[in-house]
Amino acid sequence: MPVLTYRDALNHALREEMERDPDVFLMGEEVGVYQGAYKVSRGLLQQFGDRRVIDTPIAELGFAGIGVGAAMVGLRPVIEFMTWNFALLAIDEVVNSAAKMLYMSGGQIPIPIVFRGPGGAALQLGAQHSQAFESWLANVPGLKVVAPATPYDAKGLLKSAIRDDNPVIFLEGEMLYNNKGEIPEGEYTVPLGLADVKRAGTDVTIVCHSKTVATAEKAARQLAGEHGLEAEVVDLRTIRPLDTETLLASVRKTNRCVIVEEGWPFCGVGAQVVDEIQRHAFDDLDAPVERVTGADVPMPYNKLLERAAKPSVDAVIGAARRAAYVD
Amino acid sequence: MSAVKDAAPPVGARAKLDASRRALYHDLLRQMLHVRYFEEKAGEAYAQGKIGGFCHLYIGQEAVAVGSLAALRPDDYVFAGYREHAHALVRGTTSRAVMAELFGKATGCSKGKGGSMHLFDAARNFLGGHAIVGSHIPLAAGAAFASKYRGTDQVSVCYFGEAAANIGAFHETLNMAALWRLPGIFICENNRYGMGTALERASVVYDISQRSCSYHMAAETVDGMDVLAMYEATRRAVERARAERLPTLLEARTYRYMGHSMADPIHGHYRTKEELEEQKQRDPIAGLRARLEEDGLLDDAQYAELEKGVHAEVEDAVAFAEQSPEPDPAELYTDVYKA
Repeated sequence: MPVLTYRDALNHALREEMERDPDVFLMGEEVGVYQGAYKVSRGLLQQFGDRRVIDTPIAELGFAGIGVGAAMVGLRPVIEFMTWNFALLAIDEVVNSAAKMLYMSGGQIPIPIVFRGPGGAALQLGAQHSQAFESWLANVPGLKVVAPATPYDAKGLLKSAIRDDNPVIFLEGEMLYNNKGEIPEGEYTVPLGLADVKRAGTDVTIVCHSKTVATAEKAARQLAGEHGLEAEVVDLRTIRPLDTETLLASVRKTNRCVIVEEGWPFCGVGAQVVDEIQRHAFDDLDAPVERVTGADVPMPYNKLLERAAKPSVDAVIGAARRAAYVD
Repeated sequence: MSAVKDAAPPVGARAKLDASRRALYHDLLRQMLHVRYFEEKAGEAYAQGKIGGFCHLYIGQEAVAVGSLAALRPDDYVFAGYREHAHALVRGTTSRAVMAELFGKATGCSKGKGGSMHLFDAARNFLGGHAIVGSHIPLAAGAAFASKYRGTDQVSVCYFGEAAANIGAFHETLNMAALWRLPGIFICENNRYGMGTALERASVVYDISQRSCSYHMAAETVDGMDVLAMYEATRRAVERARAERLPTLLEARTYRYMGHSMADPIHGHYRTKEELEEQKQRDPIAGLRARLEEDGLLDDAQYAELEKGVHAEVEDAVAFAEQSPEPDPAELYTDVYKA
């Protein structure tokens, strides 16, 4: 099977969907001539021309709204935010326009749009360039929120997101672009709203998504090798709609759960997952659900402080041991 | 009180109206009467507690929507703010569907889920009904972008108040619309007040049309109380958009007679009764009526007939709204996602 980077997997998804559907176009800062700030759109301008690959001024609110307006009349825009940090400038169009249009028009006007770009922390970019907005965006009814961890999922989920008739928030891991993985030849999609068990296990469930999937998998290997615990790694892949079925099936099997996310703890994705578990699997739990999150601070610049602010393999191992009453 | 000058009135003797366009003039007059009576009845229903929330009436501004929308084709796109009952009605959404929406009924044009500020009629390309000041200006440019993308000659028209000309979305959009040659017509309904803040207290530029200079965009200042001037100026902008794919900023100098919303007093602390009375001398309906009568194109009986027709239509709409069912409780959870 061919091996591709996460970046190129996304590139292939965009290319294939633009070849398949003439209503799909890509708009954003540096997507064309520059070939993408993170090179996700490499070659697309050359293949599709500047009618369908549109460089914008630095005006997130404006071009996000132009995308929503184009979707209102039936086009299928893919709007790239250079990073999700800058999307805060456009949040009015994402929340007040895109997410609510179908409802407040009484079902008349669907918004088939994808807002995509890198999120989460990279390395030493400081407070304004290092943050995970999953929980903010997943709070809004009308939006779907996707955060793939692997090249395979990134390609399959982006294709599904582009074909979806709703606004889809597509959060790419800024640190994942160079990761490689196997991609099957030919057409495939990964449906939105389905979690994926990345590693089977019996002793504790580790719930994760995006960049924290690698953290969880590494922790699971160490837990098996050094701590005698077999962890099951459940990658949410889609935050909203949340695949509670897969999640609960795992917890009912392991009776213990750790949730890992890069975002801040307060009202985080993990808080929602804990709520689902305590309501639907209360009797199956043998221990309180543990959470490992980013530190509840703006991201510091210093390398050591930054490392301490991110969810670590050691923190996941510690949480799993607590949940399993090993400590 | 106001340092803002209105568009200059015609100097000297004006040209006689073209008798061959009598039907058009009568239709414009009828539509303005329709909007005004509709808004008066909406105001009454609000006072009776039959309409909830915010309700922003258009009384005084009728010439802007009626004159400009007359210059469009049915397949053009229309976006408006939250003072948009008139734009929906003039676009052809029935009085029944609009009034029922204000009443929150299932038969409303947004199934009772939108309300006064979120009227939609996709079949007529009336695309809302947007209540965050300025947020719909990029949306309208998006529809214009779609016309260009598809190679059609549909234009996209956006209505917003003068207060929206200070918000970032306005500037970002005008820049991109001009840069990309999008067939958009941006109609600023300058009614002098953003809620209770006079234009001079919010903007260092009083002539909103001058904002176009920053974007090398064609612009015109129009007497927004003159329905024929609105019609002609919009026709010029439409021609520019269709033939040359160039956007236009039209500033319509108009005035609202009522408070910002039904929750506000008519003049409040921010304007005087005298100013209001003075502005009413520019009334768009009385103005067109007088011109038509002067040129022998309208008599009292015809005027009474027009009034009678719109009164009957609006009263029927009120009765329809009152008798219509509330939305089914299950509607709460529909239309959140498209299946």
